[in-house]
Amino acid sequence: MKEETRLRLEEKYRKKSEAYIKSLSDPAKAAQMGGGRRRGPGSMVGMGKPKDAGKSIKRLFGYMKKDAPLIVVVGILVLISSFANLAGSYVLRPVINGLMVAVGMYEENEVQTLALPTGIALMAVIFLSSVFAQYIYQRIMLGVSQRALLKLRNELFEKISRLPLKFYDTNDTGDIMSRFTNDVDSIGNMLNNTIASIISGVISLVGTLCLMIYTNIWLTIVTLVFSPVIILAAKAVATRSRKYYKQQQAALGSLNGYIEETISGQKIVKVFNHEEASIDEFEYLNTDLRNKQLSAQFFGGIMWPVMGNLSQVSYAITATVGGILCVLRGFDVGGLTTFVNYSRQFSRPINELSMQVTEIFSALAGAERVFDIMDTPPELPDKENAVSPAPLKGEIVLKDVTFGYVEGQTILKNVSFYAKPGQKIALVGSTGAGKTTITNLITRFYDIDSGSITIDGVDIRDYKRDYLRKNIAMVLQDTHLFSGTVKENIRYGRLDATDEEVIEAAKLASAHSFIMRLENGYDTVLEGDGANLSQGQRQLLNIARAAISKAPILILDEATSSVDTRTERHIEHGMDRLMKERTTIVIAHRLSTVRNANAIIVLEHGEIIERGDHQELLDMKGRYYELYTGKSELE
Amino acid sequence: MKRYMKYVKPYKTAFILGPLLMIVEILGEVIMPKLMALLINNGIANKDTGYIAAMGGSMIGIAFLMMIGGIGGAYFGAKASINFAADLRTDTFKNVQKFSFSNIDNFSTGSLVTRLTNDITQIQNLVNMCLRMMLRAPGMLIGAIIMAFVMNARLAVIVLIVVPIIITLIAIIIRLAFPRFQALQDRVDKLNSAIREALTNVRVIKSFVRDDFEKAKFEEANSGLKDSSMRAFKVMITTSPLMGLMMNITTLAVVWYGGKQILVGDMPVGDLTAFTSYVAQILISLVMSSFVILQSSRAIASARRINEVLDCESDINDENAAYPDKLVKSGSVEFKNVTFRYYKESSEPVLDHVSFKIESGETVGIIGSTGSGKTTLVSFIPRLYDTDEGEVLVGGINVKDYSLKHLRDGVSMVLQKNVLFSGSIEENLKWGKEDATLEEIRSVADMAQADGFVSEFAEKYETELGQGGVNVSGGQKQRLCIARAMLKKPKILILDDSTSAVDTATEARIRESLKSYCPDTTKIIIAQRISSVIEADKIVVLDDGKVVGIGTHDELMKSTEAYQEIYYSQMDKEVG
Repeated sequence: MKEETRLRLEEKYRKKSEAYIKSLSDPAKAAQMGGGRRRGPGSMVGMGKPKDAGKSIKRLFGYMKKDAPLIVVVGILVLISSFANLAGSYVLRPVINGLMVAVGMYEENEVQTLALPTGIALMAVIFLSSVFAQYIYQRIMLGVSQRALLKLRNELFEKISRLPLKFYDTNDTGDIMSRFTNDVDSIGNMLNNTIASIISGVISLVGTLCLMIYTNIWLTIVTLVFSPVIILAAKAVATRSRKYYKQQQAALGSLNGYIEETISGQKIVKVFNHEEASIDEFEYLNTDLRNKQLSAQFFGGIMWPVMGNLSQVSYAITATVGGILCVLRGFDVGGLTTFVNYSRQFSRPINELSMQVTEIFSALAGAERVFDIMDTPPELPDKENAVSPAPLKGEIVLKDVTFGYVEGQTILKNVSFYAKPGQKIALVGSTGAGKTTITNLITRFYDIDSGSITIDGVDIRDYKRDYLRKNIAMVLQDTHLFSGTVKENIRYGRLDATDEEVIEAAKLASAHSFIMRLENGYDTVLEGDGANLSQGQRQLLNIARAAISKAPILILDEATSSVDTRTERHIEHGMDRLMKERTTIVIAHRLSTVRNANAIIVLEHGEIIERGDHQELLDMKGRYYELYTGKSELE
Repeated sequence: MKRYMKYVKPYKTAFILGPLLMIVEILGEVIMPKLMALLINNGIANKDTGYIAAMGGSMIGIAFLMMIGGIGGAYFGAKASINFAADLRTDTFKNVQKFSFSNIDNFSTGSLVTRLTNDITQIQNLVNMCLRMMLRAPGMLIGAIIMAFVMNARLAVIVLIVVPIIITLIAIIIRLAFPRFQALQDRVDKLNSAIREALTNVRVIKSFVRDDFEKAKFEEANSGLKDSSMRAFKVMITTSPLMGLMMNITTLAVVWYGGKQILVGDMPVGDLTAFTSYVAQILISLVMSSFVILQSSRAIASARRINEVLDCESDINDENAAYPDKLVKSGSVEFKNVTFRYYKESSEPVLDHVSFKIESGETVGIIGSTGSGKTTLVSFIPRLYDTDEGEVLVGGINVKDYSLKHLRDGVSMVLQKNVLFSGSIEENLKWGKEDATLEEIRSVADMAQADGFVSEFAEKYETELGQGGVNVSGGQKQRLCIARAMLKKPKILILDDSTSAVDTATEARIRESLKSYCPDTTKIIIAQRISSVIEADKIVVLDDGKVVGIGTHDELMKSTEAYQEIYYSQMDKEVG
């Protein structure tokens, strides 16, 4: 690679990685930056610290309330199992001493002894109870945690379905997804393992310490003096490991981002003979990752050898001092054997607890993100006296409607128009002029700031929201299909539609012929948002889905934008039948599709600048005329 | 497996030193209990404090050696696995760069991205783990068994009985758990796609008021997930108590038989403690191996996916080019009897015996309804695909006889699916010509009607596009892509429906400047709108993969029915 290329790339990625590392300490931003991108291994989710741990813990326990008695049982079983473990190893002391007496090293009454058969029997009972207690509490906890997760996910989904559209428009899908997956998973991990581990860890720690003191106070002091060394070493390694880990994640993020972008644009890369330049940039990023990974993985990898072998050192020191104590101060060999085992075990619960703390933090941070959604205010409830009268006729009146998605940024200014039942109204204007916003308001995806919208003379806020939406069928520009059969997708518009009605609707939308050419006709399964269909075909299915609904109001938002002009002509007849007897609001980029509307409304910057039918607007020689004759551009 | 040796070789030292240093740690671990036994048997029994201190001192020394071994092992292990993975990633990426369009279509970009990111990380983790565990687990197992036998062969028989039982138990657990975890993964995927669908389709769900319907769907997927989690974890949670049980039974057996031997004086007391340590080591190493096996099964699936990419040879290459050094001299194009199918088994070809000729410097329009094969047709010119039958000549030479680099340098194509990359506008345009000056860039941008809006940005050509930068509208993006292609000054310029989002007036201006731009460059324009090609020297009308008419607008209006149909579908609307 040329030096100048390298320098250029260095400059390009330095800023990026700095921003990334900074964002790691701010979970909200981290989620934003990660959004949309596939979450690679070791994604930054879960690195944040919880803001109010106590509250989240309390709330999480709320999901296990029904199982509270079981949790008490689990607690008792954990106690039994940890105590049994400690006791089991302690029994070894009198057993060994008994053997020592038998071989004549000690006098009968010099030390505590236990006959071999009795000792074995006692140990067997203790060990068995420990193992069974462990199995039973794990089994109970598995059920408890899985039930809690089930409930948590169901509630989260239910909550999400009640959130206003604003939530979806302002949050990245990837981010919401990761709350369902990564965050709920880390909560699951915590519920599965952590609670029991912490109880047993604390008990082991305290119990071991007590038994050590009971066995020999001097040796305990020796062990305790050495402990800070281990803890300090662990901390030193962990700090570096965290620092390099962040750098590694930043480098990995850059590389994966680059791979994603390049592979997605691979065809352009080929057309421009850009392969070599791509490889250069890739290699720069790959080398960068290589270097950063080396430090990160090294410090991550030495944690265990350092900690483990420092425990060995501690073990050796205790053994030496203990051995000398045996000779000089009459410390018993059984005591020494059990003690060195304890001293080796001693650092383990500390390690485990510190690991659990990280896991708990990440789970609690996850829980906070989940509860964030739970606490987002849902769509305003229907008014108490909201009505759902007999079928609507479909007279829509907008009066002085003013609206902005964000306070202070008005999108629509004093928009007024009306549509009589069965009329077709077209909205024309540039992107951002407010066309789609109007449809968002009629369906009450958003509520207006001032003015009024009425349908059949009743303010739409006085209808039940579900009732209102059931009376409006929509075909959107972004064609969304569900995994399932073609038939199921069309039937989505009205669940009780018969097969004949489904076929009727497909014919109306000119979708019937291509559906029949699919592998299994109407029973063909569409995978992944209908990836096996062309954009135009997907739009036709969307139209069929709207056609099957009996709603008196129809909204077509760029419904045929991906259908070519010849096909569009073929479906025109069907569309006309679809729009007959329904009040229709059409948004179209291609002006030829709106010509026969009863009224065409031209919007610019949220205001109506022209209105009238096609001929009137052409005669006006205004903005519509310019657009229609191609003198200016719609963006 | 063989192919991966290539990535081991350059880092041989690390690959050898890593496990070797691990052995140091294992040896230490195996020797430690023996020293402890000696300390008790000889030191304490003989009340020899000097001996105790000497033993203690060597234990401390060994512990430090072990630490060095461990740290070194971690260092070389990380070094080996990271370099291994980085080289593998580079090779995979390089191979993807060689892929032809049909290779890319076959893999799909999403799956290629996962392979290059997740799958390689999986393999890297496996290599790292293998280097650190592969010798460690068996080494410790063998070392502990040997030490046990040396110390007391009769007692060691217990170990020989227990080890096969434990191995069988682990094997049973793995066999039981593995399919259950696969089923669990399926459930996770299902739940995730249910969530994704509900999130992306929210407008549809809300407008059809299908919340309850969706909720029922989700709840079903969710309980499915819960049930299979229970099934999988039920097996997993038996592991730890079961291993604990085996460990305890063995310890008890050792204490029982060992104790009896001590009682009759066949064994010193210190050996008993050492023996229990060995039992623990044996058990730990077995559990560790089972963990490695479970992990590697995931990585093996990843390796298979990587192999598919590495094994995939581009079906378009220039190894057999007759004139690899020749540049594209003239912009004439000739299709001779070209037939093509995307899927070899499909009966209807996308293009069916297409023949026609374009002279150098001509402007040619291609028109036809969606699916008629327009894009496919022009893809043969820069050899993005190879024809099944027939041949394509550029400048009088078969495209297969140029080197790909020279051919594509001579042919510039604006794809229907336009992509701009993150980076500044200038960087993006420079794809067309790496060393272009700002004047050159501005001049083509001006011709593509892009200079105007770019100049309105605060940072002009340095404006960042994409993430964190300005997002341009569809029409602006198309104009930038046209400028990028024009900067290349090719012999042939292909615009594949590249002005669909540009208004007719701007499009007319682009057409106007194309006329003056490089008069000897052949321009091929695919369009939906007849108005886009009406002035072309020649219009090719495609229908169902066949050429149904060639000629000027006026000629076609007289001769070709399909053309008339398209014309009227557009004209009567736009005029009337």
